[in-house]
Amino acid sequence: MTIKDLCDSGKFTVLNLADEERELGKIFCCDLLSIAMGKAPAGCVWVTVMANINTLAVASLADASAVVLAEGSRLDETALAKARQQDINVLATEEPVFDTGLLIKEMKDG
Amino acid sequence: MEDNLVFEYVVSREDFTRAGEASADVKKKLKALGVPSGVVRRVSIALYEGEINMVVHAYGGNITVEITSDKIIMLLKDKGPGIPDVEKAMQEGFSTASDSVRALGFGAGMGLPNMKKCSDRMDISTTIGVGTEIKMEVDL
Ligand SMILES: Nc1ncnc2c1ncn2[C@@H]1O[C@H](COP(=O)(O)OP(=O)(O)OP(=O)(O)O)[C@@H](O)[C@H]1O
Ligand SMILES: [Mg+2]
Repeated sequence: MTIKDLCDSGKFTVLNLADEERELGKIFCCDLLSIAMGKAPAGCVWVTVMANINTLAVASLADASAVVLAEGSRLDETALAKARQQDINVLATEEPVFDTGLLIKEMKDG
Repeated sequence: MEDNLVFEYVVSREDFTRAGEASADVKKKLKALGVPSGVVRRVSIALYEGEINMVVHAYGGNITVEITSDKIIMLLKDKGPGIPDVEKAMQEGFSTASDSVRALGFGAGMGLPNMKKCSDRMDISTTIGVGTEIKMEVDL
């Protein structure tokens, strides 16, 4: 399953689309940056409510395939510019973190 | 020795919007040099955590990254309060991060442990009221 499939599901608002062919890896949920930094596997879909420029720095360094912002979190202008500049896929939803992770898992497992 | 590549960065104080720039730049350069992706990841993570600490716990400083034939050496020097108890600071979960810093997602007390885990050698020297110097090496 790719980022494009996530976007096409209609369940998410697409904030930045950088690489729609990227495969979705493991789903990873966490809001503390240095835990994510240490534990997020490369290629993961990172579900978080923490929406700021540091989230994007961590997503890029940990090489997440996408950041999915839950609970209606949104990026400000600076953070959005960073997502564009660093080519990070960013999606958003109003749903809570767990439900979001579960939804993506169910979509992945078909 | 003269063939070693050296990159230098200035990390400015309280500049959250730019924090992470040095690690992002080093990541890009290492990738371009064809350094194995596992090494790139470890260097980027270690450097990012160190860079952030220089901004949130100190008043900024300088980073030097040197690439030799067999390892990558990172030297982070900050002006700041220093670390009173390094052993304690190295423990997972120990953090003195302020509320405003925690609100940004920092403060899990995992930065230094991540740095230790990602590097092959790490050495901290710190002077109270002056600053902290951290040297990390990752073998190629
Ligand atoms: N450069 C530094 N100058 C002064 N104190 C530091 C420095 N780096 C770390 N510390 C001290 O060591 C503690 C632990 O650092 P560590 O990076 O592990 O966690 P943190 O920065 O508090 O949270 P996290 O990195 O998980 O977001 C810090 O809370 C701080 O007290
Ligand atoms: Mg830290």
